[in-house]
Amino acid sequence: MNARKNKLVALAALGLTGALALSACGGGSPSADGGSDAGGAQPGAASGQLAGAGASSAESAQGAWTQNFIALNPEAQVTYDSVGSSAGREQFLAGGVQFAGSDAALTEDELAQSAEACQGGTAFDLPVYISPIAVVFNLEGVEDLQLSAPTIAGIFAGTITTWNDPAIVADNPEATLPDLAITPVHRSDGSGTTENFTSYLSETAGDVWTHGEVDEWPIEGGQSGDGTSGLVSVVEGGNGTIGYADASKAGNLGIAKVKVGEEYIEYSPEAAAKAVELSPRAEGRSEHDIVMELDRTIDDPGAYPIVLVSYLVLCDTYADQETADLVKAYAGYVVSPEGQEASAQAAGSAPLTEGLSTDATAAIESIKAAA
Amino acid sequence: MSTSAAATPTPQKQSDPPETKARTAKRPGDLIFSGLSIGSGLLIFLTLLLVAVFLTIRSLPAIQSSREVTGDADAVSLLEYTAPLVFGTVFAAVLALLMAVPVAVGIALFISHFAPRRLATPLGFMIDLLAAVPSVVFGLWGGVWLVPRLEPLYMWLNTYLGWIPLFAGEPSAPMRNLATASVVLAVMILPIITAVSREVFLQTPRLQEEAALALGATRFETIRTVVLPFGRSGVVSASMLGLGRALGETMAVLMVLSPGSSFSLHILEVGRHNSIAANIASQSAEATPDVMARLIFTGLVLFVITFVINAIARAVVARSTQG
Repeated sequence: MNARKNKLVALAALGLTGALALSACGGGSPSADGGSDAGGAQPGAASGQLAGAGASSAESAQGAWTQNFIALNPEAQVTYDSVGSSAGREQFLAGGVQFAGSDAALTEDELAQSAEACQGGTAFDLPVYISPIAVVFNLEGVEDLQLSAPTIAGIFAGTITTWNDPAIVADNPEATLPDLAITPVHRSDGSGTTENFTSYLSETAGDVWTHGEVDEWPIEGGQSGDGTSGLVSVVEGGNGTIGYADASKAGNLGIAKVKVGEEYIEYSPEAAAKAVELSPRAEGRSEHDIVMELDRTIDDPGAYPIVLVSYLVLCDTYADQETADLVKAYAGYVVSPEGQEASAQAAGSAPLTEGLSTDATAAIESIKAAA
Repeated sequence: MSTSAAATPTPQKQSDPPETKARTAKRPGDLIFSGLSIGSGLLIFLTLLLVAVFLTIRSLPAIQSSREVTGDADAVSLLEYTAPLVFGTVFAAVLALLMAVPVAVGIALFISHFAPRRLATPLGFMIDLLAAVPSVVFGLWGGVWLVPRLEPLYMWLNTYLGWIPLFAGEPSAPMRNLATASVVLAVMILPIITAVSREVFLQTPRLQEEAALALGATRFETIRTVVLPFGRSGVVSASMLGLGRALGETMAVLMVLSPGSSFSLHILEVGRHNSIAANIASQSAEATPDVMARLIFTGLVLFVITFVINAIARAVVARSTQG
């Protein structure tokens, strides 16, 4: 008896939420109440299925976002498949997934192609995941290490080969450095981390690092690891090793302070977010397409220039209202302070600054359904 | 056939013997069974064919845009891309085989001819158990536990036997080199070679062994003159099974090797070699369509290599059973 009554109550509640959701979706033109939808603040308001694919760098952040979003909106189903940036963009442009995660913004060609998947509209990028890349090292007897950009470039280019090289000593006048060979460790797989790290090297020390900005390590030979965790375990496994990795995965390794301007600064999520904030937006893009031209040569001592920015790629027009609302709710959650807090906890990422968050929210509000 | 038909108690059949024969052949159980087994056999062919077709079609873009076909100097050379991978794959597998086969034959002989029964059975069990360990576990073990422990050995080899090209070069810690990968592969293929060899050695005709003993041969001489020649083809085919596994192994290699791309013989140097399977696994995650096509082409090459090796193994086995 009791059980049946409970079932009835549950059914009624379900019907009520369904009705509410419908009224929230259908009621009024998008311009009228789009704002409240985009905030993603109403629990249980969004329903339907949403699929995304893309960069593996943002995998743990996307994992946290999808889980939390589904917990807030039990009627909705959001999945993220970390197939890699380019594969994610490809699936998105083919219309296979409703959003993509990518370490690089869409190119002009891809923007032109996006009309098909976006019902005649266009796609846009939102920076949603800012992650500092740490220069990690494992050197017995040395805990603090300071490095300037040309020194880091020299180490990874192979021109600085021992730990007591004059260039390193000049950066670390206080430390006692051993006469030990340096073993630089790189990623053996293609990676957005490598791309951002080499971008930093080539912009700040282009005369030492001559290999440009690449996602696959350009120098033949040497130690390497597969994936971030693989790289970290290689650095841990040797003495005198140095590598670069997503800061949240650095574990017990030493993390070098990087010279910015005249000071050596330690990485922190806030400093990484500041570097992104201080960087100019890419020009020649549509109003809501927010793409950062990361300025690695920043000399503000509060900014950490080795950062990775991962984008959420969305359409401005979706086939039906339900999908558009769901995308709005999900993207709204991702850029909201709660969403950014969740990814900071899950992946050690830096929260979006207020300015970026506001602009991203405005962009998300512009999403609509095809007429 | 006829006796079994006569034995069946059904009156129908006894009254009409000529029809019985046709009837037995057409029993539904037989039909279903033969259909299923023929179907399963054909399924293997079909699967292989589909895999080959898939690999060929998907690697076509890479072949068509390669330097070899277009003659364009800027295009990626498939030969230059694939050859070092093939070299690394085969080199690692052969080294693993060189390490694993003597040990495996030793273990198999111990189990089949030396160990007391009380010891032989659990030992056989343990070897089979080793075969059930997933390769990721071997990779973890190799990468975390084995790499630092092999370091002193490698340094010793490099210092004192450095005049042999194999041990020359400059090893650097952590020792994530081809030698470590081969050791891990050797451990992985040990069980299958041991298990098959043991079965073959156990089938040595008892009379031949006794004859050798009666002629005054010691146990070692018996094994050398009777058991080993008898089991040779079995050991060869067991080794080929192991080689096939070593060639296609992905995770263990991926986890213990710092990859590179060269024809270096220096197995102690890091960042010199890579295997096809490990390369596909590490590069496919962020691959663009043209890189993917190239990776699939290397997969096709691996497919062909495995085929060739199996063919060679069959030829060897066929010849040794004739002789």
